[in-house]
Amino acid sequence: MADERIGVYICHCGTNIAGTVDVEKVAQRIAGLPNVVLAKDYKYMCSEPGQAMIKQDIRDRKLNRVIVASCSPRMHEPTFRKAAQEAGLNPYLVEMANIREQCSWVHMKEPEKATVKAIALVAAAVAKSVFDEPLQMREVPVTPAALVIGGGIAGIQSSLDLADQGFKVHLVEKTPSIGGHMAQLDKTFPTLDCSACILTPKMVDISRHPNISLLAYSEVKAIDGYIGNFKARVLKKPRYVDESKCTGCGLCAEKCPVNVPSEFDLGLGTRKAIYVPFPQAVPLRYTIDRENCLYFKKNICRACEKFCTSGAIDFGQLPAEVELEVGAIIIATGYDLYDAGHKAEYGYGIYRNVINGLEFERLVNASGPTSGKVLRPSDGKAPRSVAFVQCVGSRDKNANLYCSRVCCMASLKQAHQIKEKFPGAEVSIFYIDMRCFGKGYEEFYERVQQEGVRFIRGRVGEILENPDDKNLVLRFEDTLLGEVAEREFDLAVLATGVIPRADTSELQSILKLSRGPDGFFLEAHPKLRPVETNIDGVFLGGAAQGPKDIPDAVAQAGAAASRAAVPLSMGKVELEGIIASVDEDLCSGCRICESVCEYGAIKMKEKSGKQVSSVIEVLCKGCGVCGSACPTKSIKMCHFTDDAILAQVKAVLRD
Amino acid sequence: MSKLKIGFYWASTCGGCEVAVLDVNEKILDTLKVADIVFWPVVMDIKYKDIKAMGDKSVDICFFNGSIRNGENELLAKLLRKKSRILISFGSCACGGGVPGLANLHNRRTVFEKVYRESVSTKNLPGVIPRTCSEAKEGELTLPEFYDTVKTLDQVVNVDFYLPGCPPPVDLIAKVLQSFSSGTNPKKGSVLAPEISLCESCKREKGNKKIAKVKRFHETALDPKKCFLDQGIICMGPATRSGCGEPCLDANMPCTGCMGPIPGASDQGAAMIGALSSILGIENEKEKSENDMDQLVGEIKDPVGTFYKYTLPSSIINRRVK
Repeated sequence: MADERIGVYICHCGTNIAGTVDVEKVAQRIAGLPNVVLAKDYKYMCSEPGQAMIKQDIRDRKLNRVIVASCSPRMHEPTFRKAAQEAGLNPYLVEMANIREQCSWVHMKEPEKATVKAIALVAAAVAKSVFDEPLQMREVPVTPAALVIGGGIAGIQSSLDLADQGFKVHLVEKTPSIGGHMAQLDKTFPTLDCSACILTPKMVDISRHPNISLLAYSEVKAIDGYIGNFKARVLKKPRYVDESKCTGCGLCAEKCPVNVPSEFDLGLGTRKAIYVPFPQAVPLRYTIDRENCLYFKKNICRACEKFCTSGAIDFGQLPAEVELEVGAIIIATGYDLYDAGHKAEYGYGIYRNVINGLEFERLVNASGPTSGKVLRPSDGKAPRSVAFVQCVGSRDKNANLYCSRVCCMASLKQAHQIKEKFPGAEVSIFYIDMRCFGKGYEEFYERVQQEGVRFIRGRVGEILENPDDKNLVLRFEDTLLGEVAEREFDLAVLATGVIPRADTSELQSILKLSRGPDGFFLEAHPKLRPVETNIDGVFLGGAAQGPKDIPDAVAQAGAAASRAAVPLSMGKVELEGIIASVDEDLCSGCRICESVCEYGAIKMKEKSGKQVSSVIEVLCKGCGVCGSACPTKSIKMCHFTDDAILAQVKAVLRD
Repeated sequence: MSKLKIGFYWASTCGGCEVAVLDVNEKILDTLKVADIVFWPVVMDIKYKDIKAMGDKSVDICFFNGSIRNGENELLAKLLRKKSRILISFGSCACGGGVPGLANLHNRRTVFEKVYRESVSTKNLPGVIPRTCSEAKEGELTLPEFYDTVKTLDQVVNVDFYLPGCPPPVDLIAKVLQSFSSGTNPKKGSVLAPEISLCESCKREKGNKKIAKVKRFHETALDPKKCFLDQGIICMGPATRSGCGEPCLDANMPCTGCMGPIPGASDQGAAMIGALSSILGIENEKEKSENDMDQLVGEIKDPVGTFYKYTLPSSIINRRVK
């Protein structure tokens, strides 16, 4: 390592750095370090002339290491790596010293100390660069197919977008039909379109699209591999109905003697033990609910089998496993509804006239259990007064801190529907803040105000039921009037929040994804990479990433599809050169690295009679956890070796 | 060919290393056929002046055990270095500082306070503390200076070879004597023990390492076939050099690390801390609070004594600073 020729470039970043740090002094001091051929300061290193200077020096002065002391490497490391590469230097021989975020910006009031620190930081980068080795990016081919998990509106949108671009799409849906929550809604805000009317044509498109293979009533069990080359194992649950024979005529359900509460109608209506969740289901194939079917329970009945004209009933059907090879994955698993039962003070689940927003949707829907009549569950009478209680389970430190983003508009729309159906009814919305931020939302809010809906600013403290008439007494503080009051209503609708799906953890561990503090899947960057995840090739569509209304879910799902299309259409992906490598002679096979790897990139293998660990290079993200965990130091983290880091520490501590 | 001249010295240590030399049993006789023991204070009467009288490099091999705790240890180390052709850092104390090296968590003043004044078994009413020089009826009496910091042998003199272990394994001692008498000298500066970790030679069944809780011996029934770490018991094996013959493991006790670090991982304690902290509580890590983590780590009793039992003076952070 005797012939390192290091060039050091200290950026002024306008006045961002030079306003605090004495950049000339830094350059002078660094120029005196061993192996440093030149140290220059310049106004904007990232500018075209700045880069040209580096390239020129690499050629003229035969530099074989370049240090750029400027901003965080996050933005400009690729810039300088590329410049070095253009001048014929391996990009991994470029080091950055962050003297802006980690120095000038945080020590603005102490210019002298900031200069000392900048010298130390640059000296550390110089010391480390001696240990840097040239590394290569790796290229892998991509399977031009995608897996979309979740068949709600987001998954539908992502699937159609990718399929229309010519990529094969496997859409996996857990329940018997696609459609998701959107299929349960009556009308959508603020345009009052019928939800099913705009959704079902898209569902039909899914079933007809030549590039889409729909795996409904199926679950993703395992995913292996990496961007471009994922292998997914999907379990097709038995419907006990041969999908290829079932015509969806419904005769079986007509003849089935078993009535059970319908999940689709949230238990407000019933379905049979052989059923489709709703009439427009896709695929329109019946499913036997094993738990409630008399044949499975008592070995009797078989009515469906007797009446099925196409012989589709197959009680002996077994779960089947399908293996899919895809290049990209979109997570569109959506959300669950907050269980209002957790807020005991509202009596949900105890008082029959306290319902949640989604139940209201089923009641007001023409194809719902009451054929669209909003009636009090306790006595079937039309309500004369309705209260909407906002932020149930949202913006609440005892439940979830975040805003669920859909409930304000949903309640406004539902209030409007009450006013439409019962013009004389008194409708009150109890709110903390009305959040009507989308296109046309504020106007809709205005409209509902005009319709005579009352808005009371304050969280409802308690709901009590009058045991005689089952009317509800809401106790609340009107914070605008500054008084505590009680008022009686016939019906209370809780605007329950949106929470991560109950099975989020399962999918998280299958894919090793990250989740935010709210429990939803975490995007790679909150602003600049909102649909990517920390796993290359895995994208987020819709409410799996956080609460979203339909327009946002569709937009996010479309964005996920277009991001997923990038590697799929490239046909190949480049992978980072900074990865871990194992010295098999030193490895003792203790398996610690295997346990700590977040990406499943370490597997044990047999090597001359002993078990040693090996890095699956395409899976390795270069995080370095295995390297620091390895007790024998047989795992070397390229670009961040122990020797290099110790040299950095020593350089920082030298003065 | 003239006989090899060998010597043994015992600095700051318990003396077990020299007992280990005797444990080679009758093989010592083979050695004596080719070597003369010219210097061994524990079995031979010899004075400083006798060593000083020896010619430079006149001792072929000197086995030096014990760490450098005081002025006398250092003086002898330097003297024996001068007189010896080959100086072997013998045993854990000479190589890494050993158990006496844990005194680096204290300094001279606090060690003396504890030993000569505070310890319940000490009766020292005038509160006398050793001094390098004191007046007595008979005249001036001197004692070697007691250092603040325990050092390893190679921190005061150049060392040719290392033979770690507490005590060094009999097999390895016999092998060393054999190889030097047959004239096949290993590479200078090398450790005269296998270049692999104990895990590699350990026969126990190894599973996926995810430790939910660190346990102490009395808290669990140890399965003699399973890896200790998999059972939640801290075993220094992953970060420790093999070659001991595994007597502890055979007795169903985990490795405490006496063979010192493995090549490439010079800070044995740090290597093990890195490994253990990576796998401790890793299951559902994200759901654990800082409190949970503190509690998990708190279950490791005497962390320095666990991870640096034999190597505190030779580690990167080799003593308490404040």
